[in-house]
Amino acid sequence: MKAFKNRVFEWLDHRTGIETNIRKFLYEDIPASSGWHQVFGSVAVFLFLVQAFTGILLAFNYAPTPGEAYNSMRYILTEVTAGRLMHGLHHWGASMMIVVVVLHMVQVFLFGSYKKPREATWIAGVVLLLLTLTYGLTGYLLPWDNKAYWGTVVVTQIAAGVPLLGPYLSRLLGSTGDVGVVTFARFYAVHVLLLPPATGLLILAHIVLVRKHGVAPVPGDDQLPSKKFYPRQAFLDTIAVFTAFVILFTLAVVAHLPLERLADPSDTAYIPRPEWYYLFLFQMLKYFSGPMEVFGSVVLPGLAIFLLILIPFIDRTPLVRVSKRVFAMACIVLAGAAWGGLTLAAVKSTPPSGVAASIDYAGPIDWMQLTPAALGRGSDKTAPDFAVAGAKLFTKKGCAACHMVNGVGGKLGPPLNGLSSRRSEEWVQENFIHPQKMAPGTIMPAYPFNETEMRNIIGYLFTIPE
Amino acid sequence: MSELTRRRFYLSFIYGLGGVIGLGLAVPAALYLLLPPKLTRKDDWVAVTPVADLKAGEPTEVIYHQKRTDGWKTLNEKRTTWVVKGQNSQIVAFGPQCTHLGCAYHWEADKSQFLCPCHTSIFALDGKVIAGPAPRPLDRFETKVQNGKLMLGALRESA
Repeated sequence: MKAFKNRVFEWLDHRTGIETNIRKFLYEDIPASSGWHQVFGSVAVFLFLVQAFTGILLAFNYAPTPGEAYNSMRYILTEVTAGRLMHGLHHWGASMMIVVVVLHMVQVFLFGSYKKPREATWIAGVVLLLLTLTYGLTGYLLPWDNKAYWGTVVVTQIAAGVPLLGPYLSRLLGSTGDVGVVTFARFYAVHVLLLPPATGLLILAHIVLVRKHGVAPVPGDDQLPSKKFYPRQAFLDTIAVFTAFVILFTLAVVAHLPLERLADPSDTAYIPRPEWYYLFLFQMLKYFSGPMEVFGSVVLPGLAIFLLILIPFIDRTPLVRVSKRVFAMACIVLAGAAWGGLTLAAVKSTPPSGVAASIDYAGPIDWMQLTPAALGRGSDKTAPDFAVAGAKLFTKKGCAACHMVNGVGGKLGPPLNGLSSRRSEEWVQENFIHPQKMAPGTIMPAYPFNETEMRNIIGYLFTIPE
Repeated sequence: MSELTRRRFYLSFIYGLGGVIGLGLAVPAALYLLLPPKLTRKDDWVAVTPVADLKAGEPTEVIYHQKRTDGWKTLNEKRTTWVVKGQNSQIVAFGPQCTHLGCAYHWEADKSQFLCPCHTSIFALDGKVIAGPAPRPLDRFETKVQNGKLMLGALRESA
């Protein structure tokens, strides 16, 4: 049996060279100092493959046009077996990829592994970082819920504000002041047609370059005998990859990712927030206003990228031990502190969104079609508590005498279906307390609700569908 | 630990953990692709025609509209059925497709039989196969009469 297996492999190897090549790849010489600090590249490649795999599977059930996109996302999340898991893996995989790619760069930076002759490897790495960030940017729009829409509006506006190139960038993004079907199509095409092959080829080039120059040594490595990649370093890489997989899988299962309501360009109350890894840029924009704004949105990030690419050409000192690279460490600490500070400031300055925004539209939402009386009676157990309490209050105060909800109620006041896209929560609250101030001459009486009542009734009113 | 046992230890982890990761991705993928989606909406009964419009002993092609859930879409589809009212007014509604390969068949009034033009399967008024490659009689809808209207339910595959 064993002899037969060997003969098969031998036959295959003579014709394809596959075994020889795998052997050559695995038994590569690596410096004696190699160890845990070099596992991040492998983890990044692994996460990229997981993203490709889960992305293809999601595409099997996804319709890439705005309205349909939302419906098919909802279908994946509510009806397709393991659909929620697949979406979770893709979503958290994207976040983890950013983390791992940055860790990889920090390691390379701290060890000075970008130095001559590895400049091209470093530049390919920087471009890969930018591609990873572009995946996040384009993928953010694809669920076409409110979060996706408003997040992307900000991005296209920034692009439109670029000096001189603005109008052309805008046209390239298919946007004419807002985010529409053309922008959607382009983001989708970039996300699934342009980026994956570009990333694949660049990863390949990156690895070829690493092989060409060898894994970067540390001072003293030339005195010691080199090691083989396989099996010890491959073992370390596997442990790291496995750890990343366990974290990813746990996040996908445990962390609940709500789908917000369908993208609503008329929603004036929505507070857009980008994905966490873009929050620092988002926060930076607040410090630049008027004509200085491009400085924060384009010039500074552009300079930062330029500087990142230039690092191997700026630092041309000979290789020293990590522990002696104090300036490099200071740079990392400083960059980390700046990033952390900006992100924290962005998180802190995010106003709490109303309870209505917490509803997962990929959960049961049939209760939204009920009349206030039926909902207030608690006839649908899937309805959230605030909505039931709000509907009860609505019925108790006799709101239905003037206001129509889901086809039931009076016609003296405006119907309340679709209120969320006409008014902000603050407006409605003010209107309860001082109706005359908000709409002079109105027959609406004042309702000075207490804090809980206010939260419940406004939350409820904002869940009433269009 | 000898060089050989250390090597064996490394290899068992590389292939063991690699296998776990492979399974962790392959099993959800298989479930995702192969299991049917949970249906959150069921297709309801649909009224197709007043019973009074049906002639006894002769099939009528009835065209109606029905909401159907297809993936993430709810369609209002134009559909058709061949309805036969018996002499003692029991009603049979046949699925519109030949049981051979799904072509649309029609009623040949002069020969009093259903003919499928694709591979010339022939069915009797009660749906039984008279000739041709059809493997089983015509499929039937669940039916009921409500307020004088014929209602269709699910299509049941004939035995």
